Amino acid sequence: MFAIITSPPVSPASSRPAPYLGPASRAQARFPRPLYVQPIVGHVSGRGRGLSSQPMGGEPCCPGPAPASSSCRKMAAAAELTLLEKSLGLSKGNKYSAQGERQIPVLQTNNGPSLTGLTTIAAHLVKQANKEYLLGSTAEEKAIVQQWLEYRVTRVDGHSNKDDIRTLLKDLNSYLEDKVYLTGYNFTLADILLYYGLHRFIVDLTVQEKEKYLNVSRWFCHIQHYPGIRQHLSVVVFLKNRLYTNSL
Amino acid sequence: MRLFVSEGAPGSLPVLAAAGRAQGRAELLVSTVGPEECVVPFLTRPKIPVLQLDSGNYLFSTSAICRYFFLLSGWEQDDLTNQWLEWEATELQPALSAALYYLVVQGRKGEDVLGPVRRALTHIDYSLSRRSCPFLAGDTESLADIVLWGALYPLLQDPAYLPEELGALHSWFQTLSSQEPCQRAAETVLKQQGVLALRPYLQKQPQPGSFEGRAVSNEPEEEELATLSEEEIAMAVTAWEKGLGSLPPLRPQQNPVLPVAGERNVLITSALPYVNNVPHLGNIIGCVLSADVFARYSRLRQWNTFYLCGTDEYGTATETKAMEEGLTPQEICDKYHAIHADIYRWFNISFDIFGRTTTPQQTKITQDIFQRLLTRGFVLQDTVEQLRCERCARFLADRFVEGVCPFCGYEEARGDQCDKCGKLINAIELKKPQCKVCRSCPVVKSSQHLFLDLPKLEKRLEEWLGKTLPGSDWTPNARFIIRSWLRDGLKPRCITRDLKWGTPVPLEGFEDKVFYVWFDATIGYLSITANYTDQWERWWKNPEQVNLYQFMAKDNVPFHGLVFPCSALGAEDNYTLVSHLIATEYLNYEDGKFSKSRGVGVFGDMAQDTGIPADIWRFYLLYIRPEGQDSAFSWTDMLLKNNSELLNNLGNFINRAGMFVSKFFGGYVPEMVLTSDDRRLLAHVTLELQHYHQLLEKVRIREALRSILTISRHGNQYIQVNEPWKRIKGSEADRQRAGTVTGLAVNIAALLSVMLQPYMPTVSATIQAQLQVPPPACSILLTNFLCTLPAGHQIGTAKTPPTPAEAMAAAAPQQIQVLMDEVTKQGNIVRELKAQKADKNQVAAEVAKLLDLKKQLALAEGKPLETPKGKKKK
Repeated sequence: MFAIITSPPVSPASSRPAPYLGPASRAQARFPRPLYVQPIVGHVSGRGRGLSSQPMGGEPCCPGPAPASSSCRKMAAAAELTLLEKSLGLSKGNKYSAQGERQIPVLQTNNGPSLTGLTTIAAHLVKQANKEYLLGSTAEEKAIVQQWLEYRVTRVDGHSNKDDIRTLLKDLNSYLEDKVYLTGYNFTLADILLYYGLHRFIVDLTVQEKEKYLNVSRWFCHIQHYPGIRQHLSVVVFLKNRLYTNSL
Repeated sequence: MRLFVSEGAPGSLPVLAAAGRAQGRAELLVSTVGPEECVVPFLTRPKIPVLQLDSGNYLFSTSAICRYFFLLSGWEQDDLTNQWLEWEATELQPALSAALYYLVVQGRKGEDVLGPVRRALTHIDYSLSRRSCPFLAGDTESLADIVLWGALYPLLQDPAYLPEELGALHSWFQTLSSQEPCQRAAETVLKQQGVLALRPYLQKQPQPGSFEGRAVSNEPEEEELATLSEEEIAMAVTAWEKGLGSLPPLRPQQNPVLPVAGERNVLITSALPYVNNVPHLGNIIGCVLSADVFARYSRLRQWNTFYLCGTDEYGTATETKAMEEGLTPQEICDKYHAIHADIYRWFNISFDIFGRTTTPQQTKITQDIFQRLLTRGFVLQDTVEQLRCERCARFLADRFVEGVCPFCGYEEARGDQCDKCGKLINAIELKKPQCKVCRSCPVVKSSQHLFLDLPKLEKRLEEWLGKTLPGSDWTPNARFIIRSWLRDGLKPRCITRDLKWGTPVPLEGFEDKVFYVWFDATIGYLSITANYTDQWERWWKNPEQVNLYQFMAKDNVPFHGLVFPCSALGAEDNYTLVSHLIATEYLNYEDGKFSKSRGVGVFGDMAQDTGIPADIWRFYLLYIRPEGQDSAFSWTDMLLKNNSELLNNLGNFINRAGMFVSKFFGGYVPEMVLTSDDRRLLAHVTLELQHYHQLLEKVRIREALRSILTISRHGNQYIQVNEPWKRIKGSEADRQRAGTVTGLAVNIAALLSVMLQPYMPTVSATIQAQLQVPPPACSILLTNFLCTLPAGHQIGTAKTPPTPAEAMAAAAPQQIQVLMDEVTKQGNIVRELKAQKADKNQVAAEVAKLLDLKKQLALAEGKPLETPKGKKKK
């Protein structure tokens, strides 16, 4: 009684241009990684209070191999939530379904109503993992965490063009100038989700851009090395010395 | 702390309403700044409102500011509130900024403004009514309510943008708006100027991103699982266990169907299609098919149901068509009546009668109503300036004249209405009028005509509407249309025409005139019933016992909601008047409009020739039914929806359920031992079933179809999680579990077959035959989910049904698809050229190409070549 209707033909394949490798790979080809590097964090010492507690210490910043140009696609929300579950140390994986065009994640909880939306489910998982401190401890901190979570799903995910991304990085860079984490001194869910959300853009930045958004780079590099957060995401390489200081 | 606001910034509303929460806990200074001032040092673009905290931190998100105020008052965050706020930021705000921008900055009105937000408003209403809580996150007002109220207030404070049918949203909004902090915030921000107070601010904002793309959407509405109480679960289980025993006896079939005192008597009409053409999919979904779904549903509820329709045969268009085809009007009617009847038979429309308007009963009833109106003084006589073609020696009514539209300049405007701007035209106002028959220029002459005195009847009409509308299921567009007609004031309407093909006017001096279709077409329902039974008055003069549902596209609303009720009220003969007027919006074809006269779109006979079964067409048309907003028919989308929803979801579930019974349990439904998970599933299915009933009772046909798909999605998940195909090979306990899961699944399949009956009657019957669903359970649908296939019930030898894959594959072979695409593309080119008033030769060349493509398409489809539909071009 039901049968497949054959799909309509695909429009004739146009001759495709050679794949664009992305600015990152080109820049890296032109400026090979220096053998000896100095941590970027050194340059901003004095501003970044409390940096000594960072796990990086004096180790080379990013030992991983230089990543290939990323496929600039957004991580599926369900995959991101699974990633978060691992980061939070939740052992029993939840199953997520996706809703509508924008593929909004839905979690069917065992004993309650379903939850819809990335940040809603993320906050729920944090509580499930008994890590409420990741949602902030004071009223102020809680509000700030939620503000950046909202920023993540509206501005980061809702960007419409390259200019939006540039503005976003510029604003964030200026915001992070005197901060270690988004709330100031405490690592929270906002850092995790903003890190996941920005990863696909940061991967594609040129060395020059990374240096331009120095504070974002510092923060990003810090979060990707926070224990258990990065999981399978590629390590983004940041140079520890400046190449373009004069041109800045 | 310091709050920065700006004149007319909408975000100030929720923030000010929430600020009261922080009172006494911190000192709050409020500063007003310009709309373009950058308060937050690290943000490139200006953002208002902003809260600067004593620590120096900034909160620049409206929701975050409100949240902060609530947190200060000791409120604790919860999942549901988070969900509402995330939804507000990601879904509501984009829609709302578009709507406010259209309204305030661009000065657009009505559906242009409401369109973008309708879905969001429905979502809120749905959530409120479904949880049956007065507030969004529980029994008391909270953060989510304030944030959403503040966002919506500028729009919804104008009643025109608060749809009446969204009752739960209505009362939620009123409750909040009457609270003191909200009232004060509203006064501060809107300053009693209404939404225009936002103009100075919104004008400075960039235009919101393109929201248009989402306006016409065929995507399913979201689904969510509601919270279940223990009580609900217990009730669902009890109902389930009662099984077949709780079914009432089947109503005996009556012939003829007549109203029965003490029963719910449902009279259903579908707008009478005009005979001069083959109906297209837009006509079919607009009335005939929609009414059919409701009629079938109504019968499943055991309501005493009578569904009628027929062809509307009188009028100028028939005369024109007859002239075109060289036949008499009667021959044209006979020919097209048969074509219509065939198409509807193929679409499986369950009329109790499909009649026609050219009958003696029509004359008798129309003349009777006219006489009563005449003796009661509701008919006026006046002289009308009219176009007369001297060469054809007759007055030219309506469609016999073409010319340039006096309003928009469209060149092919008809004598009664312009196809382009939709305005009604008085034929003598046409510029450059031409007789459609001989192409000569007509002259203006005067002629005597009769008018229905609507102004004199207006008061009775309003009284009746005042009694009928509240609590009824009139669709919003119908209410809107009627309201705007009444607002502009009714004018006398001419009810006679200088024609031969029509109901004769029984009055001296009017022997050579007939009644205009506006007056007598709606009387067709009565006469068709009279041809069905001589006791027709028991349906039509029985307003106390009969519930009249009338289905139509929105262009027919004035005749059914105004003109006919006025005639019937004026006749003072206790006529049954429409209780529920169900009007659809328009169905577009791919990116353009369906048009009968232009031959654009898919026509009833063409659907048949594709080889795609009628039920698949029914499913797709109902899935995209233009309910609440326009929608679009698209071939690609149809293929997609067939494959994703019908095959992968519904078909897959039903096949699996039946297959497990026959493969693992020898064709007998296994013993079911319900666990708490199963009980929960029972309750979810029951809830969704009840939702289906609620929607169909309100004739929200498209939405109710989603409930069916939701249940089958639950079913698929249930099978997927429980993996009966693995457990059947396991321990005794595992095998028992496999049995329970299979038994429950096959019962859900049986339920789905009944729920599906109004939508896909043939598929439904096939499933029921396969599962051997006991006959009473096939024809009755209760509000509870019953175990209709108890343990031990034998299902049919489940040979896989003859997969019509072959038929389907033949249906839309690629070649046809390619050609259809080409035809559409070429059609667009032609239309564009015409719209640009391009050079005649160029147009002719493109038209020739189009005709050639159509010929190829017809050949590929194995159809006889059709004569080009629509009017001949000069």
